[in-house]
Amino acid sequence: MATLDRVARSLLLTEIISGMALTFSYLFKPKVTINYPYEKGAISPRFKGEHALRRYPNGEERCIACKLCEAVCPAQAITIEAEPREDGSRRTTRYDIDMTKCIYCGMCEEACPVDAIVEGPNFEFSTETREELLYDKKRLLANGDRWEPELAKRLELDAPYR
Amino acid sequence: MDAFLASPIGILAITVAQTLALLVPVLLAVAYLTLAERKVLAAMQLRRGPNVVGPFGLLQPFADAIKMLMKETIIPSGANRFLFVLAPILLFMLAMIAWAVIPVQDGWAIADINVGILYLFAVSSLGVYGVIIAGWASNSKYAFLGALRSAAQMVSYEVSIGFVIVTVLLCVGSLNLSDIVRAQERVWFFIPLFPMFIIFFISALAETNRAPFDLPEGESELVAGFFVEYSSMSFALFFLGEYANMILMSALTTILFLGGWHPPMHMEPFTWIPGFVWFALKIALLLFVFIWVRATFPRYRYDQLMRLGWKVFLPFSLVWLILTAAVLKLAGWLPA
Repeated sequence: MATLDRVARSLLLTEIISGMALTFSYLFKPKVTINYPYEKGAISPRFKGEHALRRYPNGEERCIACKLCEAVCPAQAITIEAEPREDGSRRTTRYDIDMTKCIYCGMCEEACPVDAIVEGPNFEFSTETREELLYDKKRLLANGDRWEPELAKRLELDAPYR
Repeated sequence: MDAFLASPIGILAITVAQTLALLVPVLLAVAYLTLAERKVLAAMQLRRGPNVVGPFGLLQPFADAIKMLMKETIIPSGANRFLFVLAPILLFMLAMIAWAVIPVQDGWAIADINVGILYLFAVSSLGVYGVIIAGWASNSKYAFLGALRSAAQMVSYEVSIGFVIVTVLLCVGSLNLSDIVRAQERVWFFIPLFPMFIIFFISALAETNRAPFDLPEGESELVAGFFVEYSSMSFALFFLGEYANMILMSALTTILFLGGWHPPMHMEPFTWIPGFVWFALKIALLLFVFIWVRATFPRYRYDQLMRLGWKVFLPFSLVWLILTAAVLKLAGWLPA
């Protein structure tokens, strides 16, 4: 009887039909893919994206050239040169990040005592040439100006967990 | 005008016009079949599929075609150049010439020959040569293994396809494809010959190297099978050939089992739609099943594939052939 049952099942293709019914039911289910360039997924405040150098509200750059980020960077992607400015304050003359070396670990922002270097929510900074990924200070400050509202909100949201 | 049409040049002109009228829609169908496959597969896997080029991604096939044309054709240094170039041309040509005998509507076949089904069977068997030449001429182990698998597989499943076709021919009494469709005016053959219809469809999947019988491609172990070494337009010809073969096998299934150009019922709302539309609709339905099967089943192991072909389908179709013949003979239903 068991044999007959098995033979009948395989001849009537029951499992094949039930499998196909399953895939057919999936045809009408809502899609899980996000329609990417037009809609984007939510990003955590801790998301480690493109770097930015922030400024104080009065426009003064935060970075004091302590070089902690340069020291902590495991990929040695950061290069800093510094000398005193005319007003005597210590500031960087050069702040480069090689984005092709960076591993996006976020150690630089952890190390920064003044929240100057941060990793923002932006992940869409692909370029057509390698050279465009060698960020200099101007580029990083421009990033900071561009993303400041989001960067500030991000730090505020993450502060309770630090 | 009539004198011109009767002259050799006129006949040639008519044939060329008919061929274009058939092949242009077929090639468009091939182009959109690739899109339909990606869309349906995507939907069944809860993805979106191509939706960026044109509205709903409708221009995607043309973007793909332009990309293919722009690429460089690479011929491996160890390859046999002549055969390497010949193989995709052969495969594509065979996929196209088979359409000559397909009756799209009553009297709408380019060549309404009395051995239509044999011609189709012969042409689809010749397809193996394209595959095996491609595999051998590439001078690559992956391509060669893919070609061997493909040849063995296509030969195995052609045997049961042959028996299925003979069963249908017993019920019709003619090798002419139009006659086969006309014989189904009252009842389509998939109703009395349902098991044969299933066997034919599954064999058609194997014959066109489609999932779950896509071992010749076997991307997980053979990279891409017999066309690994092909690039650019020669690759595109393989691709077009494969999809044209899918449409061809669907057309053959429609002719043999689903009543060709006949509407489901010979009554008012159905007869308003012309026959070739019914024919195309039935083909589209079968092609959907082709894709649906691909979305559902994993690939067969090689010994399972051979077992299914030789130890299940062959005896089963043989028994059903004898059974059909006996029933037709005893009931006196044999066609004159």
